[in-house]
Amino acid sequence: MLSRVADSIYWIGRYIERAENYARFIDVNFNLMLDLPPSMKEQWDPLISATGDRDVFVSLYKNFDRVSAIHFLAFDLENPNSMFSCISNARENSRMVREKITKESWEKLNEIYLFMKEGAEREVWKLDDPRSFINDVKYGIQLLYGISDNSVARTDGWHYLRLGQYLERADKTSRILDVKYHILLPSVQEVGSTIDILHWMALLKSVSGFNIYRQVYGSIEPKSIVEFLVLNKYFPRSIYFSLMEAQECLHRLTNSTGRGFKNTSEKRLGSLCSQLEYYDVNDVIDIGIHEFLDDLQLKINHISDAIHANFFTIGDSLTMQKQFNNS
Amino acid sequence: MNRLSETYTVNGHYDEMMVKKGQCRDHYCPFNEVLDSIPSGKLAELQQATDRAQIAMGMTFNVYHDNKGVEKILPLDIIPRIISGSEWSLVEQGLKQRVHALNLFIQDIYNKQRIIKDGIVPKEMIYSSGNYLKPLEDWTPPQGIWCHISGSDLVRDNDGTFYVLEDNLRCPSGVSYLLENREILKRVYPNLFSNLGVRHVSDYPSKLLRMLQYLSGKDQPIVGLLTPGVFNSAYFEHSYLAQLMGIELVVGQDLVTNNDKLYMKTTQGLHQVDVLYRRIDDTFLDPLTFNPSSMLGAHGLFNAYRKGNLALANAPGTGIADDKAVYAYVPRIIKYYLDEDPILANVKTYICAEEEDRKYVLEHIDELVVKETNAAGGYGMLIGPKSTREEHEKFKKLIAANPRNYIAQPTLSLSTVPTLIDDIIEPRHVDLRPFILYGEEIEVHPGALTRVALKKGSLVVNSSQGGGSKDTWVLYN
Repeated sequence: MLSRVADSIYWIGRYIERAENYARFIDVNFNLMLDLPPSMKEQWDPLISATGDRDVFVSLYKNFDRVSAIHFLAFDLENPNSMFSCISNARENSRMVREKITKESWEKLNEIYLFMKEGAEREVWKLDDPRSFINDVKYGIQLLYGISDNSVARTDGWHYLRLGQYLERADKTSRILDVKYHILLPSVQEVGSTIDILHWMALLKSVSGFNIYRQVYGSIEPKSIVEFLVLNKYFPRSIYFSLMEAQECLHRLTNSTGRGFKNTSEKRLGSLCSQLEYYDVNDVIDIGIHEFLDDLQLKINHISDAIHANFFTIGDSLTMQKQFNNS
Repeated sequence: MNRLSETYTVNGHYDEMMVKKGQCRDHYCPFNEVLDSIPSGKLAELQQATDRAQIAMGMTFNVYHDNKGVEKILPLDIIPRIISGSEWSLVEQGLKQRVHALNLFIQDIYNKQRIIKDGIVPKEMIYSSGNYLKPLEDWTPPQGIWCHISGSDLVRDNDGTFYVLEDNLRCPSGVSYLLENREILKRVYPNLFSNLGVRHVSDYPSKLLRMLQYLSGKDQPIVGLLTPGVFNSAYFEHSYLAQLMGIELVVGQDLVTNNDKLYMKTTQGLHQVDVLYRRIDDTFLDPLTFNPSSMLGAHGLFNAYRKGNLALANAPGTGIADDKAVYAYVPRIIKYYLDEDPILANVKTYICAEEEDRKYVLEHIDELVVKETNAAGGYGMLIGPKSTREEHEKFKKLIAANPRNYIAQPTLSLSTVPTLIDDIIEPRHVDLRPFILYGEEIEVHPGALTRVALKKGSLVVNSSQGGGSKDTWVLYN
């Protein structure tokens, strides 16, 4: 596969997953705010902070109010990570590699883009409740996944797409969890209170994990929720699960057996997966949840850098060719 | 009496559907009945559904010099242009003959130049052309084929005669619209196609791929399509064709040469490319040989071609045969190489470089269409009868300053086809662009892009100037 094409497809995976997660972010925060006691103001600052784009937000808006936050996260093209930016980028990338994408996938993505564009023209962020629009975008993306799942051949393109998608998902699940860290409770006494529990529940719902969590753990315990979202081996949005899937894609792409590594990407991702495999939730809590997640996000960035160097730039392709010839 | 027969007036031009008011041409009758059965208002609905389908499919092109990302569709009118089997067979024979002769002409021009030595085509006409490429001298391309893909523009005059308006031998675009238009119209008139006996067009990509593979000596050649990139207005077509053929769509940055071979950069290292269907202009192919500032091609690509390690479709240099001044000689070119009379007529053409013709043009400029020999897309053109005195004077000066750059032709009247304009069916002028593939044999694809001037009375069908398109149905009989 052409390096340029692989690069584009990898980023389609990342952009779409990012857009979907932002839809989840908005939904969870919106729901959280509905459960706040009347004495408390809505908190959108924590969510913006968790996305890592607080500086961009502050440069563009005066207040962390709902309308600004939703505009920023969903529609603002000046925010390179907003849903609309991601969908536009994914579509532009798809246009560039259109010949590698199934007709159905392309048309669905195009439709999501046009829907988003129309929403931007209608200024949906000003609605009292824009959730149904945001959810429609999310469902559109899930439909796109369904279409791809049943129509895309499991060749290199598919693995690059999923590689991008799962790395992005690991990063975003870590950020959703981090929102809880940033959200302020009325007082320290409220830890473990009804509100606190409601927050944790909303968080689980945002990753479609509430029911599964209930079945596995029963009661709502912060520690169990952290374990579930970080280390669970079966839940498809947990960090561990996502990274293992990403690793599987890398192995497919390099034809490796899963032992050791053939390039820097495999080395970095493999180390991270092993680390999580031998962690239990107490290790995470000992490090500190926020610190642990921060470090994890950094490592994911390093893995992505390595993927670029190993697969998408010609210098490294030539090195790889030597590696292939020697192996 | 039906609806169209009552309301539709033929406006003095040849109409493809109606002989005169109330009288439909035979091969259009079954369609006319269907049209008549569609309730009023329903047509406009179908038209809107068609527009939406095009947007949903992303059949859009970016407008040049506009980074706002304005995307436009080429409007597809839902009333088809239908060509009877017998008329088509004339077009088919004529185009085969023409492309055959033009290919021989190009081969001769870059090699022995018999046609110049025999005094048929003047030497200056060739060497003064910006489309003559010196690096191609003494060169015979793989299989001796230069113009693998061509798309001649035909029009019909008042008496119904087809004329070739120009030969496009430099990778003409439009075939994706031909294919997609058909897919869309199949949804609009689901039952009509088999009843009417419309020849299918969907095998174009297979034929194109077979032709491209034929150019390489290898069993399983690697074929790529070279595009200028996503901002090119024909990008949709490039990716569309690459996908349907299952070949790599490449841009210049994907390519690199080594030891006179062309490679593409893949995630698993370099892979050699054997055949390139290139959709960039000749002079952008290789900055070493041609335009040094080109970012679109690849360094050393031309050497790979001349060493026989790469086949290109179309071959570089074909522009010499669709130069608008050379056009005037095509009937003589056909006679010279094939010893046959042209089956399709040429439009009478005055060559401004020739004194007698120039004199005539300057005196009759208000009756003529003046064209730049090297411009395309309806630009650099004067339509005498529709222009002001100032414009006439401006062109007279331009011609006098650089006669080689201009030709003139009498104003042709283009035929009309019923076209849906805001729920009313009115005549609009059309041209016809069939596509010809030259591989093991010469084949005219049984369909065409019909471009339609949507502005009332307009004769300019180019998409850049308010044109739309129609699906073109070639019938078995």
